[in-house]
Amino acid sequence: MNILSLFILIPLLTIIAILFTSNMKQTRVVSAIGMGIQLILAGLLVFLYLTERNTGNTAAMLFYYDAVWFPTLNIHYTIGVDGISVAMIALTSLVVFAGIFASWMVDYLYREFFISLILLASGVFGFFISLDIFTMFLFYELAVIPMYLLIGLWGSGPKEYSAMKLTLMLMAGSALLFVAILGIYFYSAPAGSQLTFNLLEIAKNHIPIEMQRFLFPFAFIGFGVLGALFPFHTWSPDGHASAPTAVSMLHAGVLMKLGGYGVFRIAIYLMPEAAHEQAWIFLILTGISVVYGAFGAVVQKDLKYINAYSSVSHCGLVLFAILMMNQTALNGAVIQMISHGLMTALFFALIGMIYGRTHTRLINEMGGLMKVMPFLGVVYVIAGLASLGLPGLSGFVAEMTIFIGSFQHTDTFHRVLTIVATSSIVITAVYILRVVGTLLLGPIKNDHFLHLTDALWYEKLSTLTLLLSIAAIGMAPLWLSDMINFSLGPIVEKINSVATVAHLF
Amino acid sequence: MVDYTYTILIPLIPFVLFILIGLTGHKMKPIVSGLIGTAGLGIAAILSYITAIRYFWTDHLAETGYKSIKAFEITWLHLTDKLTINLGSLIDPISVMMLIVITTVSLMVHIYSIGYMKGERGYHRFFAFLSLFSFSMLGLVMATNIFQMYIFWELVGVSSFLLIGFYYEKPSAVAASKKAFIVTRFADLGFLIGILILSFNTGTFDFQLLTSPTGPAITMPGGAAFMGLSVLTWSLIFIFMGGAGKSAMFPLHIWLPDAMEGPTPVSALIHAATMVVAGVYLVARLFPVYALGAPDALTVVGWVGGISSLFAAIIACTQTDIKRVLAYSTMSQIGYMMLALGVSGYGGENGLGFMASNFHLFTHAMFKALLFLGAGAVIHAVHSNDMKDMGGLRKYLPITHITFLIACITIAGIPPLAGFWSKDEIMVAAWHHNKILFSIEYLVAGLTAFYMFRLYYSIFWSKETHYHHTPHEAPYVMTIPLMILAFGSIFAGFLPFHALVTSDGLPFESHLDWSIAIPSVLIALLGIISATVMYRKTSAIPDKLAGFFGQTYKWAFHKFYIDEVYLFVTKKIIFRYISAPVAWFDRHIVDGFMNLVARVVENTSKLIKGFQSGRLQQYGYVFVTGAIALVLIFVYLW
Repeated sequence: MNILSLFILIPLLTIIAILFTSNMKQTRVVSAIGMGIQLILAGLLVFLYLTERNTGNTAAMLFYYDAVWFPTLNIHYTIGVDGISVAMIALTSLVVFAGIFASWMVDYLYREFFISLILLASGVFGFFISLDIFTMFLFYELAVIPMYLLIGLWGSGPKEYSAMKLTLMLMAGSALLFVAILGIYFYSAPAGSQLTFNLLEIAKNHIPIEMQRFLFPFAFIGFGVLGALFPFHTWSPDGHASAPTAVSMLHAGVLMKLGGYGVFRIAIYLMPEAAHEQAWIFLILTGISVVYGAFGAVVQKDLKYINAYSSVSHCGLVLFAILMMNQTALNGAVIQMISHGLMTALFFALIGMIYGRTHTRLINEMGGLMKVMPFLGVVYVIAGLASLGLPGLSGFVAEMTIFIGSFQHTDTFHRVLTIVATSSIVITAVYILRVVGTLLLGPIKNDHFLHLTDALWYEKLSTLTLLLSIAAIGMAPLWLSDMINFSLGPIVEKINSVATVAHLF
Repeated sequence: MVDYTYTILIPLIPFVLFILIGLTGHKMKPIVSGLIGTAGLGIAAILSYITAIRYFWTDHLAETGYKSIKAFEITWLHLTDKLTINLGSLIDPISVMMLIVITTVSLMVHIYSIGYMKGERGYHRFFAFLSLFSFSMLGLVMATNIFQMYIFWELVGVSSFLLIGFYYEKPSAVAASKKAFIVTRFADLGFLIGILILSFNTGTFDFQLLTSPTGPAITMPGGAAFMGLSVLTWSLIFIFMGGAGKSAMFPLHIWLPDAMEGPTPVSALIHAATMVVAGVYLVARLFPVYALGAPDALTVVGWVGGISSLFAAIIACTQTDIKRVLAYSTMSQIGYMMLALGVSGYGGENGLGFMASNFHLFTHAMFKALLFLGAGAVIHAVHSNDMKDMGGLRKYLPITHITFLIACITIAGIPPLAGFWSKDEIMVAAWHHNKILFSIEYLVAGLTAFYMFRLYYSIFWSKETHYHHTPHEAPYVMTIPLMILAFGSIFAGFLPFHALVTSDGLPFESHLDWSIAIPSVLIALLGIISATVMYRKTSAIPDKLAGFFGQTYKWAFHKFYIDEVYLFVTKKIIFRYISAPVAWFDRHIVDGFMNLVARVVENTSKLIKGFQSGRLQQYGYVFVTGAIALVLIFVYLW
């Protein structure tokens, strides 16, 4: 049995096991065990992957497996991983594991809740292991559908509106994406040979430049919607604000990364010429995302809105770096995806825990919480510091790799844009410190808050899992960076072999 | 080559202590965390002294000139083929000197804090943060490459943030910590941009390569790139922006006075002796690049330093909070150091300014830490920061009084105390290079003597204030550090800096220039005498004088309204005219458009849903009408 298939199988087995549970305790224990195994498996995968590489295996994809499941259209179940997908899989299992413990106290329709959550996770895992772009798309849709139910049923505030908005906007993105995928399918194969969805096969072929010009925006925007590309990001603040804790964690932590990953794997990798031609338009849009999201976060009053806008800014940086199309920037983009995934999941977990105690998310109504809940307070401060890019935590590694990589671009326009993007580090500091100062420090504003309790064991487990990963990447980034770099090398070579870089100025 | 690998332990010890005290401190007795922290720093200090003795004397490096030695280095992150971020330790004259400064002052502050922080909540947190700071600062000065420096630069920034906001329940402390972080962060953006430009053009972060006279930075082709200055000049100006922010140079100084909200030992360590001189250290570290590659950038450094020192000295004369007076004094003295770098050349006697700057950094660390710790003892005794609540304290606090007086004489530049020697070297360097800056420094020397003795008299002489509780001298754990630092303030001036810390590592002859020294001492004496006349006893002269200067006094008292300008920019422009409109635009225009699309779809469906009514009559009616219409069209119009 291929180890990768286990990543889909274990969630499915967990779901089946949940069906046989009879109370909330059993359900959550089963979920925790299932996702715990998944986490261990991810660790094992990283280990096996690195061992395999050390033995000198330089194949693009390891643990490759291929089976036809719809011969008429030549659709395969093709799986395999490189350093990038291994990193993303590890991220996903961490976030899902932490998410289970963050929703330890969900009691309304608990069985359905955990089933939807794990189903979502299996969709994401499937997406990251797939090499057949149709199957990839299928898994992507599998992840989006439970999201609608999770927000609509277990959410808060205007949840129907938010769930509808989020799903419709993502579906609109999917529609664009589907056009792109079909276009690639029909135009990639050389005349006379069989049409294929296989990513590696398509990469060897050449899509006519006219088609690339037409399809690239579809693919980029289609995935970009998911990655909170300006101006298609507005589902994010509303969706996050209404979503239950674990869903926000998974959504911002993992699902938004599907956007960046997809842009990289499909839009840029398969259509490099068009990417080079059109990059400047999207660079401007993502540059706007980076600064605009940060400014937007400065004046928000709701904790979740602040974090949603901050995600727009940080995910904007991912797409920005991908569009720079050089190895260092791309490496930074992948690290930023992981770093932001961990960080934002941690933020949403903390916000959920604070909201569960104070029953408000408006920062003006809170204050001095550090005194009553020191554990959550300290973790929040560290998460904040990670978000504003403090050395020793993951955000710094990611941002600096991106900035230095982007600044190596030979074109002045790209370097000027990089400087514009760096300005976000100041604005980020402003909104992070504003939240920390108002929410945690200062005198306690409300006497009711004096009796609140600090984190419980499962909350500590959830937050520490994420926090330790953030610190580990931040302090010793070399192994992660090298693992990604190794796989990026040939990809970047392919992207840049086709065209000389377009100089705008 | 001599082995200095063990120097990596110097920053690592405080780091381990930070983790240890931070994680388990709340389970210890408070005093235990303090003692562990102090002991650890003591070991780091001993290692630093051993390093200094070996490097400067016993390892006989002087014969060939003091070289920079890369004692240890690991790769932390690969970026491109050429660029990697390394972490390691670099041993050269200025880093060894900084090791001595940091560990000495930090150790004194640790010992002092054992007494000063007694009974505070968060005692262990305080010591954990102190360890974090010491680690970061030591890592900063030992950096082998500019990126390592940037990493630790950020870390000292966050330690400073944590320590200023130590009393986190006090809104003013929270505001001050936030301000300090954001202002320095803004400056760090400049630093980062500078690094980006520099590394893009030279392909390296490494200090040894960058500062080598034949290295890629200095030999970079000149020529105007933008607004008449070369690329290298621009990158160095940007890098200096980071230094100016950390070192509280005009106009990025506004965070420093507010930073006095932190506990006083913190002010002594971070905001007087070590972190705020990081900017000076940064320029000194890259000095060959500045001096040989981009003299224009060095001119900027000199002028910013000169203006800051004058500006701060004027404000210091009007403030009544004793810690704020000291804060402005710090800014003024750092201005001196920047100026000294700005008027320096490279190599031999030309490098006098470079040597003088580091010399002053060294002596300043001693006497300014002493002043702050003395002020802490005073505040400890009278529970107030304001000199209006003080007076006549010399009887109650004899040790503090004497040590404080020594520090005041030193900073005023009276021979033979330390401040005189270092200040004199700066004067000489300025005289040979730029007469305007030189005259500014003469003026500042007089002002410094005046405001320091104003402070001294207001605390220890002046009126006989009646105290609720009789003030009493601090315990020995606090006064012994004062005495040690007083010793340093007296004798540090006799160190042969011109033979040890020079721009090119080679010693040069330096001698006192009496034609410059005597007038400067006279000016200082004039300042002291006028302060004595005005403040030794309560008198009406200060008020009259304030009235005489009228508007100028008011402006100086309000710190030239720079804070208000910043508030205007942040509150009005950034919050009201950028962020709020962005948020509104996002909700109403971008999202409004998405909602509009949804509404159009909804309304369209409402419009046409009437056709799906389910009534057969209607379907029949529509069918027949449609059929007739089609027949008519085909028959008559086709």
